[in-house]
Amino acid sequence: MKNKYSVFSLIKNAFSYHENWQRAWKDPTPKKEYDAVIVGGGGHGLATAYYLAKKHNMKNIAVVEKGWIGGGNTGRNTTIIRSNYLWDASAGLYDHALKIWEGLSQELNYNVMFSQRGVMNLAHNLQDVRDLKRRTHANRLNNIDAVYLNTAEIKKFCPIINTSPDIRYPVLGGTLQQRAGTARHDAVAWGYARGADEMGVDIIQNCEVKGIKRIGNSVEGIETTKGFIKTKKVGVVAAGHSSVIANMAGLKLPLESKPLQALVSEPVKPIIDTVVMSNAVHAYVSQSDKGELVIGAGTDDYVSYSQKGSHQIVEGTLNAILELYPIFSRMRMLRQWGGIVDICPDASPILSKTSIKGLYFNCGWGTGGFKATPGSGDLFAHTIANDEPHKLNVAFNLNRFVSGDLVDEHGAAAVAH
Amino acid sequence: MFIINCPYCGERDQQEFKAGGEAHIERPKQPTELSDDEWAGYLFMRKNIKGVQFERWNHAHGCRKWFNMVRDTSNDEIKLIYKMGEKPPSE
Repeated sequence: MKNKYSVFSLIKNAFSYHENWQRAWKDPTPKKEYDAVIVGGGGHGLATAYYLAKKHNMKNIAVVEKGWIGGGNTGRNTTIIRSNYLWDASAGLYDHALKIWEGLSQELNYNVMFSQRGVMNLAHNLQDVRDLKRRTHANRLNNIDAVYLNTAEIKKFCPIINTSPDIRYPVLGGTLQQRAGTARHDAVAWGYARGADEMGVDIIQNCEVKGIKRIGNSVEGIETTKGFIKTKKVGVVAAGHSSVIANMAGLKLPLESKPLQALVSEPVKPIIDTVVMSNAVHAYVSQSDKGELVIGAGTDDYVSYSQKGSHQIVEGTLNAILELYPIFSRMRMLRQWGGIVDICPDASPILSKTSIKGLYFNCGWGTGGFKATPGSGDLFAHTIANDEPHKLNVAFNLNRFVSGDLVDEHGAAAVAH
Repeated sequence: MFIINCPYCGERDQQEFKAGGEAHIERPKQPTELSDDEWAGYLFMRKNIKGVQFERWNHAHGCRKWFNMVRDTSNDEIKLIYKMGEKPPSE
């Protein structure tokens, strides 16, 4: 049984100089057989394991991770959470996640630092204005909070934005989702890992999957660097490396893996208390609790697993940031990094069964998967446990690329993906 | 970010180029006879290899010609560049 985190445990541990905190999760050696194995120990994978154990009573399960948990895209994203997507299917999916976020710290007894500071999306031309107004209406029909702001209202909500009409891409308006915001990305992985571990889930780090064993058309187990693990159900949540795992099983996925970059500045005093995104000029910025500006850049257009991106991508983003926020002109950037994101042709994820019995994929989140972490885990757990999708992820099946029933959020959400 | 040796212009910065995705995906010769599965394969399914991959690139801000590239996607190292229409190397 895990000790509960509270102000009292904090005080108690202060007396022993914080040297005797209980391990948040064990470091087990893999068993010979599990009822299900999740491949990928990022936020989505750990959340899947957590909900499999909690809601579907599958306790004999494992998460295998080739590196350390939360060391991939979970620790590399810009932590933005929102649900203001255009299409009904996406709105259902992302708002399901947002609702779980709202109670997640309490549920996990782990402070994920969820902060509903609002997310603004800016419009810079007439088409942007029309698109954002349309999306605001669509959101409200889906019971998602959204308001359209004019330029003066934007200036009032975030005074450091340059709303002068003579900049290259003037701010003509924008949308605001107040329930949206940010969370502490590592804490989400750690909180789910601790919660899953407590229910008996084996979290096996430094364990890379090398092959998927099949008998006929059914999964029999996985070959890993720590030996063969027998299991009838494999849920792959490998983000940028999804295609690598799919190729092991002889499947092709509609994915391309590309580098996505982000960067943070030196820490400064509070200057921006919301998240501002602009799709047209591709710049988005928020401020972490440490005081760093967190800036997201775009993807490169070529396939790469190198976790590096091109310099001109960062340069383009910073050009836009400086035009919109002249006050940042003398800020120095502290760190820059890349993550590998798996992008679907329709910019919507895949949470689906496959043609192979017992093999499930949760992938294609592209550049915006962090926000969906709790919902993705919940729905994927449902899909694995019941061998049927939940009604909220039925639209995100793999077959949509054959039927043509795509969930085309590319640009439709009018935000940076 | 890397330098690409355009077969027509010589070495140029990568930002002059546009990646065109996986190479040697042939347009179906009999489109009317394709099943939905085959269409999905042609339009959407990609190998997305981690390792040596065959790709198309376009010198968009240069000669605007297309060419093929063999590149290791795990470290962005370019192995070979050859013109459109030329046979891909066997290894």
